Amino acid sequence: MAVATAPSALLDRPSSIDVAVIDTDIHITFPSPDVLTNYLAPEWREHHRTFGMRGHQGSHYPRAMPNAARHDSWPAAGGPPGSNLGFVQEQLLDGWNIEYGILNPLVGVGEQRNLAYGAALARAVNEWQLHDWVEPEARLRASVVVPWEDGELAAAEIDHWGGHSAFVQALLIIRTKEPLGRRKYWKMYEAAERNNLPIGIHFGGAGGGPITGAGWPSHYIEDHGGMPQAFQAQVISLIYEGVFERFPGLQIVLIEGGFAWIPPMLWRMDAAWRKLGAETPYLKRPPSEVFREHFWVSTQPMEEPLQREYFRQLLDQLAMDDRLLFATDYPHWDFDAPDQAFPIALDPVRKRNFMAENARRLYGLP
Amino acid sequence: MAKHIVARVDEIPPGERKIVEIGGRTIGVFNVNGSFYALRNRCPHQGGPLCQGRVSGFLMATKPGGEYTYTRRGEILRCPWHGWEFDITTGQSWFDPAKTRVRAYEVHVEGLPMPEEMGKLLPGPYTAETYEVSVDDQQFVVVEVP
Ligand code: FES
Repeated sequence: MAVATAPSALLDRPSSIDVAVIDTDIHITFPSPDVLTNYLAPEWREHHRTFGMRGHQGSHYPRAMPNAARHDSWPAAGGPPGSNLGFVQEQLLDGWNIEYGILNPLVGVGEQRNLAYGAALARAVNEWQLHDWVEPEARLRASVVVPWEDGELAAAEIDHWGGHSAFVQALLIIRTKEPLGRRKYWKMYEAAERNNLPIGIHFGGAGGGPITGAGWPSHYIEDHGGMPQAFQAQVISLIYEGVFERFPGLQIVLIEGGFAWIPPMLWRMDAAWRKLGAETPYLKRPPSEVFREHFWVSTQPMEEPLQREYFRQLLDQLAMDDRLLFATDYPHWDFDAPDQAFPIALDPVRKRNFMAENARRLYGLP
Repeated sequence: MAKHIVARVDEIPPGERKIVEIGGRTIGVFNVNGSFYALRNRCPHQGGPLCQGRVSGFLMATKPGGEYTYTRRGEILRCPWHGWEFDITTGQSWFDPAKTRVRAYEVHVEGLPMPEEMGKLLPGPYTAETYEVSVDDQQFVVVEVP
Protein backbone atom coordinates (compact mmCIF):
# COMPACT_ATOMS: atom_id res chain seq x y z
CA MET A 1 0.00 0.00 0.00
CA ALA A 2 1.36 3.42 -0.93
CA VAL A 3 2.03 5.99 1.75
CA ALA A 4 0.68 9.50 1.16
CA THR A 5 3.14 12.38 1.28
CA ALA A 6 2.94 15.94 2.58
CA PRO A 7 1.51 18.40 0.03
CA SER A 8 4.17 20.02 -2.13
CA ALA A 9 2.23 23.14 -3.17
CA LEU A 10 -0.09 25.62 -1.52
CA LEU A 11 -2.92 24.78 -3.92
CA ASP A 12 -3.75 21.44 -5.47
CA ARG A 13 -3.91 22.93 -8.95
CA PRO A 14 -1.51 25.09 -10.94
CA SER A 15 -2.86 28.41 -12.22
CA SER A 16 -4.31 27.92 -15.68
CA ILE A 17 -4.25 31.57 -16.72
CA ASP A 18 -2.60 32.07 -20.11
CA VAL A 19 -2.31 35.87 -20.22
CA ALA A 20 -0.39 38.46 -18.20
CA VAL A 21 -2.01 39.32 -14.86
CA ILE A 22 -1.86 42.65 -13.06
CA ASP A 23 -3.49 42.54 -9.66
CA THR A 24 -4.94 45.97 -8.90
CA ASP A 25 -5.88 45.36 -5.27
CA ILE A 26 -3.47 43.84 -2.75
CA HIS A 27 -3.69 44.57 0.97
CA ILE A 28 -0.65 44.71 3.16
CA THR A 29 -0.38 45.39 6.84
CA PHE A 30 2.24 45.84 9.53
CA PRO A 31 4.00 42.74 10.87
CA SER A 32 3.99 44.43 14.27
CA PRO A 33 2.78 47.80 15.62
CA ASP A 34 6.41 48.91 16.07
CA VAL A 35 6.86 49.15 12.33
CA LEU A 36 4.43 52.05 12.06
CA THR A 37 5.87 53.76 15.13
CA ASN A 38 9.38 53.53 13.71
CA TYR A 39 8.40 55.12 10.43
CA LEU A 40 6.44 57.88 12.15
CA ALA A 41 8.06 61.32 12.41
CA PRO A 42 9.73 61.50 15.86
CA GLU A 43 7.49 64.36 17.04
CA TRP A 44 4.39 62.16 16.63
CA ARG A 45 5.58 58.95 18.27
CA GLU A 46 4.66 59.97 21.78
CA HIS A 47 1.19 61.05 20.65
CA HIS A 48 0.80 57.77 18.79
CA ARG A 49 1.67 55.74 21.89
CA THR A 50 -0.35 57.88 24.31
CA PHE A 51 -3.52 58.71 22.40
CA GLY A 52 -3.46 56.45 19.38
CA MET A 53 -5.79 56.31 16.42
CA ARG A 54 -9.38 57.52 16.44
CA GLY A 55 -11.59 57.07 13.43
CA HIS A 56 -15.34 56.68 13.08
CA GLN A 57 -17.81 54.03 14.10
CA GLY A 58 -19.08 51.55 11.55
CA SER A 59 -15.94 49.95 10.25
CA HIS A 60 -15.00 46.91 12.29
CA TYR A 61 -12.83 43.84 11.99
CA PRO A 62 -13.04 40.89 11.90
CA ARG A 63 -15.37 40.96 8.98
CA ALA A 64 -16.59 37.39 8.51
CA MET A 65 -13.09 36.02 9.02
CA PRO A 66 -10.26 37.03 11.40
CA ASN A 67 -8.53 40.07 9.85
CA ALA A 68 -11.09 39.77 7.03
CA ALA A 69 -8.53 37.38 5.57
CA ARG A 70 -8.43 34.05 3.81
CA HIS A 71 -7.69 31.43 6.44
CA ASP A 72 -4.81 30.13 4.39
CA SER A 73 -3.12 33.53 4.17
CA TRP A 74 -1.65 33.60 7.69
CA PRO A 75 2.13 33.39 7.25
CA ALA A 76 3.71 30.33 8.89
CA ALA A 77 6.44 32.66 10.13
CA GLY A 78 3.88 34.57 12.20
CA GLY A 79 2.30 38.00 11.85
CA PRO A 80 -1.03 38.83 10.21
CA PRO A 81 -2.01 38.11 6.58
CA GLY A 82 -0.35 40.50 4.15
CA SER A 83 2.45 41.40 6.56
CA ASN A 84 5.19 39.13 5.26
CA LEU A 85 6.70 39.96 1.87
CA GLY A 86 8.14 36.46 1.41
CA PHE A 87 4.75 34.84 1.87
CA VAL A 88 2.96 37.38 -0.34
CA GLN A 89 5.53 36.56 -3.02
CA GLU A 90 5.06 32.82 -2.61
CA GLN A 91 1.29 32.66 -2.24
CA LEU A 92 0.23 35.48 -4.54
CA LEU A 93 2.88 36.84 -6.90
CA ASP A 94 4.64 33.55 -7.71
CA GLY A 95 1.60 31.35 -7.09
CA TRP A 96 -0.42 33.15 -9.74
CA ASN A 97 2.43 34.47 -11.85
CA ILE A 98 1.42 38.08 -11.29
CA GLU A 99 3.33 40.59 -13.34
CA TYR A 100 2.52 43.65 -11.23
CA GLY A 101 0.54 44.17 -8.08
CA ILE A 102 -0.88 47.40 -6.67
CA LEU A 103 -0.70 47.82 -2.89
CA ASN A 104 -3.72 49.33 -1.17
CA PRO A 105 -3.01 49.39 2.56
CA LEU A 106 -6.22 49.81 4.55
CA VAL A 107 -4.75 50.78 7.86
CA GLY A 108 -7.18 53.38 9.15
CA VAL A 109 -4.94 56.36 8.51
CA GLY A 110 -6.90 58.47 6.07
CA GLU A 111 -9.94 58.73 8.32
CA GLN A 112 -8.17 59.99 11.45
CA ARG A 113 -10.15 62.71 13.19
CA ASN A 114 -6.94 64.43 14.26
CA LEU A 115 -5.96 65.61 10.79
CA ALA A 116 -2.36 66.55 11.50
CA TYR A 117 -1.74 63.19 13.16
CA GLY A 118 -3.48 61.50 10.22
CA ALA A 119 -1.12 63.29 7.85
CA ALA A 120 1.90 62.11 9.87
CA LEU A 121 0.56 58.54 9.85
CA ALA A 122 -0.04 58.72 6.12
CA ARG A 123 3.57 59.78 5.54
CA ALA A 124 4.78 56.89 7.73
CA VAL A 125 2.63 54.36 5.85
CA ASN A 126 3.89 55.64 2.51
CA GLU A 127 7.53 55.42 3.63
CA TRP A 128 6.88 51.89 4.86
CA GLN A 129 5.31 50.82 1.55
CA LEU A 130 8.27 52.19 -0.34
CA HIS A 131 11.08 50.77 1.81
CA ASP A 132 9.61 47.47 2.98
CA TRP A 133 7.63 46.47 -0.11
CA VAL A 134 8.25 48.26 -3.40
CA GLU A 135 12.03 48.64 -3.12
CA PRO A 136 12.63 44.95 -2.33
CA GLU A 137 10.02 43.64 -4.83
CA ALA A 138 10.05 45.05 -8.36
CA ARG A 139 6.58 43.66 -9.16
CA LEU A 140 4.88 45.87 -6.57
CA ARG A 141 3.65 49.46 -6.81
CA ALA A 142 2.20 51.54 -3.99
CA SER A 143 -0.78 53.86 -3.47
CA VAL A 144 -0.28 57.19 -1.76
CA VAL A 145 -2.28 57.01 1.45
CA VAL A 146 -3.67 60.49 2.18
CA PRO A 147 -5.63 62.22 4.97
CA TRP A 148 -8.49 62.92 2.58
CA GLU A 149 -10.75 64.86 4.94
CA ASP A 150 -8.39 67.82 4.57
CA GLY A 151 -7.91 68.76 0.93
CA GLU A 152 -4.69 70.67 1.54
CA LEU A 153 -3.00 68.00 3.64
CA ALA A 154 -4.04 65.37 1.12
CA ALA A 155 -2.69 67.50 -1.72
CA ALA A 156 0.63 67.94 0.11
CA GLU A 157 1.02 64.16 0.46
CA ILE A 158 0.23 63.64 -3.21
CA ASP A 159 2.75 66.33 -4.19
CA HIS A 160 5.37 64.70 -1.96
CA TRP A 161 5.21 61.35 -3.77
CA GLY A 162 3.85 62.35 -7.16
CA GLY A 163 7.17 62.20 -8.97
CA HIS A 164 8.16 58.84 -7.53
CA SER A 165 7.66 55.85 -9.82
CA ALA A 166 6.85 53.56 -6.88
CA PHE A 167 3.49 55.33 -6.40
CA VAL A 168 0.83 54.93 -9.06
CA GLN A 169 -2.31 56.39 -7.47
CA ALA A 170 -3.67 58.10 -4.37
CA LEU A 171 -5.95 56.01 -2.15
CA LEU A 172 -9.25 56.84 -0.43
CA ILE A 173 -11.98 54.79 1.21
CA ILE A 174 -15.48 54.90 -0.21
CA ARG A 175 -17.23 56.11 2.95
CA THR A 176 -16.13 59.66 3.56
CA LYS A 177 -17.44 62.40 5.79
CA GLU A 178 -19.10 64.22 2.92
CA PRO A 179 -19.80 63.19 -0.66
CA LEU A 180 -16.53 63.41 -2.57
CA GLY A 181 -17.72 65.98 -5.08
CA ARG A 182 -17.85 68.67 -2.35
CA ARG A 183 -15.39 71.52 -2.64
CA LYS A 184 -13.48 70.66 0.52
CA TYR A 185 -11.89 67.80 -1.45
CA TRP A 186 -11.00 69.79 -4.56
CA LYS A 187 -7.42 70.65 -3.59
CA MET A 188 -6.74 66.92 -3.50
CA TYR A 189 -8.09 66.52 -7.04
CA GLU A 190 -6.04 69.45 -8.24
CA ALA A 191 -2.90 67.78 -6.84
CA ALA A 192 -3.81 64.40 -8.35
CA GLU A 193 -4.31 66.02 -11.73
CA ARG A 194 -1.09 68.02 -11.40
CA ASN A 195 0.87 64.86 -10.60
CA ASN A 196 -0.93 62.77 -13.17
CA LEU A 197 -1.99 60.26 -10.49
CA PRO A 198 -5.40 58.60 -10.57
CA ILE A 199 -7.39 58.43 -7.34
CA GLY A 200 -8.37 54.94 -6.22
CA ILE A 201 -11.39 54.67 -3.95
CA HIS A 202 -11.68 51.40 -2.08
CA PHE A 203 -14.56 49.49 -0.47
CA GLY A 204 -15.27 50.02 3.22
CA GLY A 205 -14.50 52.50 5.92
CA ALA A 206 -16.66 54.84 7.91
CA GLY A 207 -17.04 58.58 7.58
CA GLY A 208 -19.20 59.20 10.62
CA GLY A 209 -22.62 58.87 8.99
CA PRO A 210 -24.76 55.71 8.99
CA ILE A 211 -23.23 53.11 6.70
CA THR A 212 -26.29 52.73 4.49
CA GLY A 213 -28.48 55.31 2.81
CA ALA A 214 -31.25 54.37 5.27
CA GLY A 215 -29.50 54.21 8.64
CA TRP A 216 -27.66 51.55 10.58
CA PRO A 217 -28.19 47.90 9.58
CA SER A 218 -28.00 44.89 11.93
CA HIS A 219 -25.60 42.63 10.08
CA TYR A 220 -22.27 42.63 8.33
CA ILE A 221 -23.91 40.91 5.36
CA GLU A 222 -25.94 44.10 4.84
CA ASP A 223 -22.79 46.19 4.98
CA HIS A 224 -20.98 43.94 2.52
CA GLY A 225 -23.88 43.25 0.18
CA GLY A 226 -24.99 46.88 0.25
CA MET A 227 -21.61 48.47 -0.40
CA PRO A 228 -22.49 49.59 -3.96
CA GLN A 229 -24.75 52.29 -2.51
CA ALA A 230 -21.71 54.09 -1.13
CA PHE A 231 -20.01 53.86 -4.52
CA GLN A 232 -23.15 55.16 -6.20
CA ALA A 233 -23.33 58.12 -3.85
CA GLN A 234 -19.74 59.07 -4.67
CA VAL A 235 -20.12 58.72 -8.43
CA ILE A 236 -23.30 60.81 -8.32
CA SER A 237 -21.61 63.50 -6.26
CA LEU A 238 -18.37 63.64 -8.27
CA ILE A 239 -20.21 63.94 -11.57
CA TYR A 240 -23.03 66.32 -10.64
CA GLU A 241 -20.74 68.60 -8.63
CA GLY A 242 -18.77 69.08 -11.84
CA VAL A 243 -15.44 67.78 -10.55
CA PHE A 244 -14.48 66.54 -14.00
CA GLU A 245 -15.41 69.81 -15.69
CA ARG A 246 -13.10 71.49 -13.21
CA PHE A 247 -10.32 68.86 -13.37
CA PRO A 248 -10.53 67.36 -16.84
CA GLY A 249 -7.39 65.28 -16.33
CA LEU A 250 -8.65 63.55 -13.19
CA GLN A 251 -9.12 59.77 -13.29
CA ILE A 252 -10.93 57.77 -10.60
CA VAL A 253 -10.60 54.04 -9.91
CA LEU A 254 -13.51 52.35 -8.13
CA ILE A 255 -12.05 49.41 -6.23
CA GLU A 256 -14.10 46.47 -4.92
CA GLY A 257 -17.46 48.14 -5.44
CA GLY A 258 -18.88 45.82 -8.09
CA PHE A 259 -19.99 46.98 -11.52
CA ALA A 260 -23.37 45.43 -12.38
CA TRP A 261 -25.10 48.48 -10.92
CA ILE A 262 -23.33 50.92 -13.21
CA PRO A 263 -25.39 50.76 -16.44
CA PRO A 264 -28.84 51.35 -14.86
CA MET A 265 -27.47 54.06 -12.61
CA LEU A 266 -26.03 55.89 -15.60
CA TRP A 267 -29.38 55.66 -17.41
CA ARG A 268 -30.99 57.25 -14.43
CA MET A 269 -28.32 59.91 -14.08
CA ASP A 270 -28.63 60.83 -17.75
CA ALA A 271 -32.42 61.04 -17.45
CA ALA A 272 -32.14 63.31 -14.41
CA TRP A 273 -29.62 65.50 -16.20
CA ARG A 274 -31.95 65.94 -19.16
CA LYS A 275 -34.76 67.03 -16.83
CA LEU A 276 -32.95 68.87 -14.06
CA GLY A 277 -29.72 69.95 -15.72
CA ALA A 278 -30.59 73.60 -15.16
CA GLU A 279 -29.58 73.17 -11.52
CA THR A 280 -26.01 72.25 -12.51
CA PRO A 281 -25.45 74.33 -15.63
CA TYR A 282 -21.69 73.66 -15.69
CA LEU A 283 -22.41 70.02 -16.54
CA LYS A 284 -22.43 70.17 -20.32
CA ARG A 285 -22.41 66.46 -21.18
CA PRO A 286 -24.52 63.47 -20.18
CA PRO A 287 -23.21 61.87 -16.96
CA SER A 288 -22.73 58.53 -18.69
CA GLU A 289 -20.24 60.11 -21.06
CA VAL A 290 -18.34 61.72 -18.20
CA PHE A 291 -18.30 58.42 -16.31
CA ARG A 292 -16.82 56.46 -19.19
CA GLU A 293 -14.05 59.03 -19.63
CA HIS A 294 -13.06 59.40 -16.00
CA PHE A 295 -13.75 56.15 -14.16
CA TRP A 296 -12.05 52.78 -14.06
CA VAL A 297 -13.57 49.84 -12.22
CA SER A 298 -12.00 46.81 -10.54
CA THR A 299 -13.70 43.44 -10.93
CA GLN A 300 -13.47 41.93 -7.45
CA PRO A 301 -15.74 40.73 -5.91
CA MET A 302 -16.82 39.37 -9.27
CA GLU A 303 -20.45 39.78 -10.23
CA GLU A 304 -22.07 36.34 -10.18
CA PRO A 305 -25.36 36.64 -12.11
CA LEU A 306 -28.10 34.05 -11.88
CA GLN A 307 -27.29 32.87 -15.37
CA ARG A 308 -23.77 33.09 -16.67
CA GLU A 309 -24.88 34.55 -19.99
CA TYR A 310 -26.18 37.65 -18.21
CA PHE A 311 -22.55 38.48 -17.59
CA ARG A 312 -21.90 38.93 -21.29
CA GLN A 313 -24.92 41.24 -21.55
CA LEU A 314 -23.61 43.16 -18.58
CA LEU A 315 -20.25 43.74 -20.27
CA ASP A 316 -22.05 45.00 -23.37
CA GLN A 317 -24.25 47.36 -21.37
CA LEU A 318 -21.31 48.58 -19.34
CA ALA A 319 -19.38 49.43 -22.52
CA MET A 320 -16.15 49.83 -20.56
CA ASP A 321 -14.01 47.08 -22.05
CA ASP A 322 -11.07 49.45 -21.88
CA ARG A 323 -11.59 50.29 -18.20
CA LEU A 324 -12.28 47.08 -16.27
CA LEU A 325 -9.37 46.01 -14.05
CA PHE A 326 -8.82 42.57 -12.59
CA ALA A 327 -8.10 42.42 -8.84
CA THR A 328 -7.68 39.61 -6.33
CA ASP A 329 -8.17 41.55 -3.06
CA TYR A 330 -5.49 39.31 -1.53
CA PRO A 331 -5.34 38.35 1.33
CA HIS A 332 -8.95 39.18 2.08
CA TRP A 333 -11.54 36.44 2.35
CA ASP A 334 -13.42 37.53 -0.76
CA PHE A 335 -10.30 36.96 -2.90
CA ASP A 336 -10.86 36.30 -6.62
CA ALA A 337 -8.66 33.65 -8.26
CA PRO A 338 -7.17 34.93 -11.55
CA ASP A 339 -8.08 31.82 -13.54
CA GLN A 340 -11.55 31.19 -12.06
CA ALA A 341 -13.05 34.56 -11.30
CA PHE A 342 -14.91 35.40 -14.52
CA PRO A 343 -18.17 33.46 -14.82
CA ILE A 344 -17.86 33.22 -18.61
CA ALA A 345 -15.03 32.41 -21.00
CA LEU A 346 -13.80 35.80 -22.20
CA ASP A 347 -12.71 36.39 -25.76
CA PRO A 348 -8.93 36.85 -26.00
CA VAL A 349 -9.04 40.64 -26.41
CA ARG A 350 -11.28 41.22 -23.40
CA LYS A 351 -9.29 38.73 -21.38
CA ARG A 352 -5.95 40.45 -22.06
CA ASN A 353 -7.41 43.87 -21.37
CA PHE A 354 -9.22 42.99 -18.15
CA MET A 355 -6.43 40.85 -16.73
CA ALA A 356 -3.57 43.28 -17.39
CA GLU A 357 -3.55 45.69 -20.31
CA ASN A 358 -6.12 48.17 -18.97
CA ALA A 359 -4.22 48.39 -15.69
CA ARG A 360 -0.92 48.73 -17.53
CA ARG A 361 -2.30 51.76 -19.39
CA LEU A 362 -3.97 53.32 -16.35
CA TYR A 363 -0.94 53.03 -14.08
CA GLY A 364 1.68 53.58 -16.78
CA LEU A 365 3.39 50.24 -16.11
CA PRO A 366 6.08 49.01 -18.48
CA MET B 1 -9.10 2.15 -6.52
CA ALA B 2 -5.67 2.56 -5.04
CA LYS B 3 -5.32 2.51 -1.28
CA HIS B 4 -2.99 4.92 0.43
CA ILE B 5 -1.93 5.03 4.04
CA VAL B 6 -2.32 8.64 5.07
CA ALA B 7 -1.71 8.63 8.82
CA ARG B 8 -1.55 6.66 12.01
CA VAL B 9 -4.93 6.74 13.72
CA ASP B 10 -3.56 8.62 16.71
CA GLU B 11 -2.09 11.30 14.44
CA ILE B 12 -5.56 12.73 13.71
CA PRO B 13 -7.51 13.01 16.96
CA PRO B 14 -11.21 13.98 16.89
CA GLY B 15 -11.64 17.53 15.57
CA GLU B 16 -8.28 17.45 13.78
CA ARG B 17 -7.28 16.96 10.18
CA LYS B 18 -4.29 16.07 8.09
CA ILE B 19 -3.67 17.27 4.55
CA VAL B 20 -1.74 14.91 2.30
CA GLU B 21 -0.78 14.58 -1.34
CA ILE B 22 -1.79 11.52 -3.31
CA GLY B 23 -0.95 11.29 -7.01
CA GLY B 24 -0.85 15.06 -7.55
CA ARG B 25 -4.06 15.72 -5.65
CA THR B 26 -4.13 17.16 -2.17
CA ILE B 27 -6.67 15.60 0.13
CA GLY B 28 -7.77 16.52 3.63
CA VAL B 29 -8.49 13.67 6.05
CA PHE B 30 -10.74 14.68 8.93
CA ASN B 31 -11.63 13.00 12.19
CA VAL B 32 -15.19 13.95 13.11
CA ASN B 33 -16.13 12.46 16.48
CA GLY B 34 -14.01 9.39 15.89
CA SER B 35 -14.98 8.74 12.26
CA PHE B 36 -12.66 9.57 9.38
CA TYR B 37 -13.64 11.39 6.17
CA ALA B 38 -11.61 12.58 3.20
CA LEU B 39 -12.26 15.53 0.90
CA ARG B 40 -10.40 16.94 -2.06
CA ASN B 41 -8.55 20.08 -1.02
CA ARG B 42 -10.16 22.03 -3.82
CA CYS B 43 -13.32 24.04 -3.48
CA PRO B 44 -15.95 23.73 -6.26
CA HIS B 45 -16.33 27.52 -6.25
CA GLN B 46 -12.98 29.02 -7.28
CA GLY B 47 -10.67 26.16 -6.37
CA GLY B 48 -9.63 27.42 -2.93
CA PRO B 49 -7.82 25.06 -0.54
CA LEU B 50 -11.04 23.87 1.06
CA CYS B 51 -9.47 21.53 3.60
CA GLN B 52 -7.59 24.37 5.26
CA GLY B 53 -10.92 25.92 6.22
CA ARG B 54 -12.34 26.36 9.66
CA VAL B 55 -14.47 23.54 11.05
CA SER B 56 -17.74 24.72 12.54
CA GLY B 57 -21.39 23.84 12.92
CA PHE B 58 -24.52 25.58 11.72
CA LEU B 59 -26.36 28.43 13.33
CA MET B 60 -29.92 27.75 12.23
CA ALA B 61 -33.06 29.87 12.35
CA THR B 62 -36.34 28.77 10.86
CA LYS B 63 -37.69 32.31 10.55
CA PRO B 64 -36.62 35.87 11.35
CA GLY B 65 -37.53 36.89 14.84
CA GLY B 66 -37.65 33.21 15.83
CA GLU B 67 -35.21 31.07 17.73
CA TYR B 68 -31.65 30.31 16.78
CA THR B 69 -30.15 26.89 17.32
CA TYR B 70 -26.61 25.65 16.88
CA THR B 71 -26.28 22.24 15.34
CA ARG B 72 -23.80 19.76 13.86
CA ARG B 73 -20.85 21.20 15.73
CA GLY B 74 -17.58 20.03 14.20
CA GLU B 75 -19.13 18.62 11.02
CA ILE B 76 -19.15 21.62 8.73
CA LEU B 77 -16.14 22.90 6.81
CA ARG B 78 -16.01 26.54 5.73
CA CYS B 79 -13.81 27.25 2.71
CA PRO B 80 -10.89 29.47 3.72
CA TRP B 81 -11.54 31.79 0.78
CA HIS B 82 -15.20 32.79 0.52
CA GLY B 83 -16.65 30.74 3.33
CA TRP B 84 -18.87 28.36 1.37
CA GLU B 85 -19.96 25.63 3.76
CA PHE B 86 -19.63 21.90 3.15
CA ASP B 87 -20.65 18.87 5.14
CA ILE B 88 -17.41 17.05 5.96
CA THR B 89 -19.17 13.70 6.09
CA THR B 90 -20.65 13.90 2.57
CA GLY B 91 -19.03 16.83 0.75
CA GLN B 92 -22.50 18.34 0.31
CA SER B 93 -22.96 22.11 0.23
CA TRP B 94 -25.89 23.47 2.17
CA PHE B 95 -26.54 26.97 0.90
CA ASP B 96 -28.48 28.37 -2.01
CA PRO B 97 -30.96 25.52 -2.47
CA ALA B 98 -33.30 27.57 -4.65
CA LYS B 99 -30.83 27.84 -7.50
CA THR B 100 -31.96 26.09 -10.64
CA ARG B 101 -28.65 24.34 -10.90
CA VAL B 102 -29.47 22.46 -7.71
CA ARG B 103 -31.54 19.88 -9.45
CA ALA B 104 -28.79 18.84 -11.75
CA TYR B 105 -26.43 18.44 -8.85
CA GLU B 106 -28.90 16.85 -6.52
CA VAL B 107 -28.55 13.65 -8.45
CA HIS B 108 -25.01 13.33 -7.13
CA VAL B 109 -26.15 13.27 -3.57
CA GLU B 110 -29.20 11.08 -3.82
CA GLY B 111 -28.92 8.20 -1.49
CA LEU B 112 -26.63 10.02 0.87
CA PRO B 113 -27.97 9.82 4.38
CA MET B 114 -29.40 13.18 5.35
CA PRO B 115 -28.89 13.99 8.99
CA GLU B 116 -32.21 14.56 10.67
CA GLU B 117 -31.60 18.10 11.79
CA MET B 118 -30.88 19.09 8.19
CA GLY B 119 -34.42 18.17 7.21
CA LYS B 120 -35.45 21.80 7.05
CA LEU B 121 -32.66 22.66 4.60
CA LEU B 122 -32.38 21.56 1.01
CA PRO B 123 -29.02 20.47 -0.31
CA GLY B 124 -27.13 23.18 -2.16
CA PRO B 125 -25.91 22.92 -5.73
CA TYR B 126 -22.34 21.89 -5.05
CA THR B 127 -20.48 18.90 -3.71
CA ALA B 128 -16.84 18.72 -2.75
CA GLU B 129 -15.05 15.60 -3.94
CA THR B 130 -14.95 12.91 -1.26
CA TYR B 131 -12.99 9.68 -0.87
CA GLU B 132 -13.47 6.38 0.92
CA VAL B 133 -11.63 6.21 4.20
CA SER B 134 -11.00 3.12 6.28
CA VAL B 135 -8.98 2.27 9.34
CA ASP B 136 -6.51 -0.56 8.93
CA ASP B 137 -5.88 -2.77 12.01
CA GLN B 138 -6.92 0.17 14.18
CA GLN B 139 -3.53 1.60 13.35
CA PHE B 140 -3.51 3.43 10.03
CA VAL B 141 -6.00 5.70 8.29
CA VAL B 142 -6.33 4.58 4.67
CA VAL B 143 -7.79 6.63 1.81
CA GLU B 144 -8.95 5.09 -1.46
CA VAL B 145 -8.59 7.24 -4.55
CA PRO B 146 -10.01 6.29 -7.93
S1 FES C 1 -13.17 29.04 -3.46
FE1 FES C 1 -14.16 28.11 -1.79
S2 FES C 1 -15.75 29.44 -1.33
FE2 FES C 1 -14.83 30.33 -3.05
